[in-house]
Amino acid sequence: MLQPADLSSRSIGIEIDGLVKRFGAVKAVDSVSLAVEPGEFLALLGPSGSGKTTILMAIAGFEYPDEGRIRVGGEDITWVPPSRRNLGMVFQKYTLFPHMSVLENIAFPLKMRGVGRAEREERARAALSTVRLDGYGERKPSQLSGGQQQRVAIARAIVYKPRVLLMDEPLSALDKNLREEMQIETKHLQREIGVTVVFVTHDQTEALTMADRVAVLDHGRLQQIGSPHDLYETPRTAFVAGFIGETNFCAGRTLCAGVAGQRISVALACGHAVEALAVGALAEGVPVKIAIRPERLSLVEAGGGLPARVEEAIYAGNATTLLLATPSGQTLRLRVPAGGAGGSPAIGEAVGLSWRAEDARAFGDAA
Amino acid sequence: MSAQHRQGSSRHAGRAAIGAVAYAVTVFLLLPTLVIMPMSVGPERYLRFPPNGFSLRWYAEYFGDADWINATLFSLEIGVVTTIAATVVGTMLALALVRGRLPGKGLVELLVIGPVIVPHIALAVAMFLVFEQLRLTGTLLGFAMAHTILALPFVVFTVLAALYRFDADLERAALSCGAGPLRTFRHVTLPLIAPGVVSAALFAFIISFDEAVVSFFISNLDRKTLPRKMFEDIDYNVSPTLAAVATMLTLLTIVALVGSHLIKSRLDRRTRTATD
Repeated sequence: MLQPADLSSRSIGIEIDGLVKRFGAVKAVDSVSLAVEPGEFLALLGPSGSGKTTILMAIAGFEYPDEGRIRVGGEDITWVPPSRRNLGMVFQKYTLFPHMSVLENIAFPLKMRGVGRAEREERARAALSTVRLDGYGERKPSQLSGGQQQRVAIARAIVYKPRVLLMDEPLSALDKNLREEMQIETKHLQREIGVTVVFVTHDQTEALTMADRVAVLDHGRLQQIGSPHDLYETPRTAFVAGFIGETNFCAGRTLCAGVAGQRISVALACGHAVEALAVGALAEGVPVKIAIRPERLSLVEAGGGLPARVEEAIYAGNATTLLLATPSGQTLRLRVPAGGAGGSPAIGEAVGLSWRAEDARAFGDAA
Repeated sequence: MSAQHRQGSSRHAGRAAIGAVAYAVTVFLLLPTLVIMPMSVGPERYLRFPPNGFSLRWYAEYFGDADWINATLFSLEIGVVTTIAATVVGTMLALALVRGRLPGKGLVELLVIGPVIVPHIALAVAMFLVFEQLRLTGTLLGFAMAHTILALPFVVFTVLAALYRFDADLERAALSCGAGPLRTFRHVTLPLIAPGVVSAALFAFIISFDEAVVSFFISNLDRKTLPRKMFEDIDYNVSPTLAAVATMLTLLTIVALVGSHLIKSRLDRRTRTATD
């Protein structure tokens, strides 16, 4: 039996340079440039219509860009037809060939590459074993469960040792438990065979769980690319702050000017002055949005900090989320981990809210 | 008897009545066709119903008459050429309409539907005038061309239906596996739309084999198709041979339809996907 290592390939990187794709008047992808490192697991994350799938299809060769270049391993493949790109691809709906057995499906790419029958079968069986489906080779795809079918699809995509594996929301059709299991399994497999992966998803948890780096897209534009930690801790745009994890936004106006990363004072709509870090340079007196995570808010004695009133307490086992109304009529969420000191305040109780200035980020209109 | 029970039985009676009407309509529609069968085995020189005996002499007459056999063979020849041409061209057209990015798709579609909308008699006159100039009347090529045009819409729409049921991502999967467009078609698309293509081919054959209007015009004295020969027979000597030929044509059509249904359901079973 072949070991997983036998499927490993010398991985290579991808460079996308100034990619533009228009559908009619709509720019589905708007001047996106990014680089994927060899052996890296990159997630393209965004809501529907953000252009993430279009970028993947351009890498796969199913969409040709209007502008820009795509290089894989330094070689310009922008205009190479999909069948000659030698990239692995896993689709959302498994897309196994229903008239072929599982083994024939996996052997298909090898057959197209002129590999002999005996070697084909041996390598297909090894790939089947890599995805832990030994003994299922003779079945038809329709006789497998959704999770098994997707594993076969992955085996078919890696059997010819592609340099890059492209995955288009491959787990979104699976139910929650299976999806979480497959996320970890896919991640392990990627590490074992060391292939470069570009993975499209609209599920931020999935992106954060699996990816080395995440590229966040919105309306065809690259918002930010970075490690899950970077995106969560230092979002560069209000969209990223809102899309990755949970965030409270408060509208306000700067009381002083500040350069990027500088601590500034902001007057909230209720007139209360708070502190936050400026994201980009901000002038004095401009409107800003302050983003702060629910778990970074803390409760202080009523009369201190930003005054608020407890509206609702939502108990979720490992944490309790408090919904707090501020004088300006806004509702903020505050998370108290379970097992902390002191009980939750009662509903209707007046409290004070505070946070460390470095946990709050002020986004100007441009961000 | 409880009220509920009565209600149930009246619903049952209603359903039976609908069934009876449906069968009555079917029989009414089929009767003229079925009447021809007993008439074909009567021993007398004239068409008579009910027959006053049983004889296969009119079948023997048909097989013994070179005119009938030549017309039949010519019709078969035309049918086979038409089937191949219409299926190949129609499948390509359907693929182009679904997958292609060709400009003027609407116009192509309109041209394909054309032969269904234009009265056959008008088409027949037009073809006669053109074919006469080109010396194509009474030739295999002429008939095959005319019948291919008539069969094309049915082939295109049957294959289109199969293509719409087919998941285009399977083609993308094949391309990403390294199969070029032609091998993708051969290994993935064609096997999966095969039931539709087989139906389309049989449609094309039947349309050609019993096409009468156009054939009436573009036949000549030497070379005529079976339906044209049948027309002539009605005009000159109404013999029970005609009934025998009509019976055989009907049976052949039934066999073809049942056969196509069986092949289709077999292929369907083979290619069914889990997501269906």
